[in-house]
Amino acid sequence: MSTTEPALTDRLDRAREEANRALSRADVADIVAEVINNMNGDLSAMDIQVYQELDSLSKYIQSARSEIAAIRPDKIRDDFIPEATDELDAVIGATEEATSRILDATELIQTAAEALDDPHKSELIDYVTKIFEASNFQDITGQRITRVVKTLQHIETKIGALVGLLGEEVATARQESGEPPAAETAPNEENLLNGPQMESEAISQDEIDKLLASFD
Amino acid sequence: MAVQMSMPILIVDDYKTMLRIIRNLLKQLGFENVDDAMDGSAALHKLREKPYDLVISDWNMEPMTGLQLLREVRTDAKLKELPFIMITAESKTENVVAAKQAGVSNYIVKPFNAATLKSKLTTVIGNF
Repeated sequence: MSTTEPALTDRLDRAREEANRALSRADVADIVAEVINNMNGDLSAMDIQVYQELDSLSKYIQSARSEIAAIRPDKIRDDFIPEATDELDAVIGATEEATSRILDATELIQTAAEALDDPHKSELIDYVTKIFEASNFQDITGQRITRVVKTLQHIETKIGALVGLLGEEVATARQESGEPPAAETAPNEENLLNGPQMESEAISQDEIDKLLASFD
Repeated sequence: MAVQMSMPILIVDDYKTMLRIIRNLLKQLGFENVDDAMDGSAALHKLREKPYDLVISDWNMEPMTGLQLLREVRTDAKLKELPFIMITAESKTENVVAAKQAGVSNYIVKPFNAATLKSKLTTVIGNF
């Protein structure tokens, strides 16, 4: 081993220098193989066992990395989580707008009620009060949804770190998934089920009417 | 001392709809001299600019929470006696304890109704 020691030492030193990023699968396999190869002729039964366990461990680690990468954490981080947080933000915006319109109308009813005489005045004010009380919901749902968004953003950060560690495997998984670019995906019935669109992407009723008219 | 229905009240919440709800319920009770702020630091600025007789504040706001606002009010020589009601979705025992230790006058948990608001106001400022 002494003749090959400098070469192996160099390899390990280089690996240490690159410790800021994860070793690639090729580097790990090469190092393990070189350790094993350089032991030829000097092996005791204990040595063989140790190297076999190292080899097994290396394969297990690589297998685990590949399986995790196959889950496509990059897609989770870049597509699924941002989409979820966008939808939740849209919910908050929509409920706030709707509640504001409800309060507009309720305030007008309140003003009109104040001009009436009892018992109608009291009865109407009572109903108006119930509407104000029920409108509390927008605050509560908004707070709950904001907490969910923050949790998703935390998960997104953690997955981002995972993607950084699994760089090579994630790239491989992306290639192996064979997903065609979005533009090439032919529309089918399942692809048409997307739910409400974001305001910036939805077409208006006027535009729909014009589109329908264009078929006539 | 009789409650002055024209007393200036400051309501603090980061949700505009909640500010409207509280303002309208106060109006129904007869209180129309109401200002608002959307977070603790904006509220503190207003409190130092003109006199108020009551603060009704949410807890969960940024950059300054309602609890931080309460602590600022209680340590300010000119504001420390100001009645301060917390209206918040924070409903754990430790929240109420923390608010009480910070000097809150009363504590209303969301969602709340008009009767609860009236009851807590009466407790804090007297019958009206």
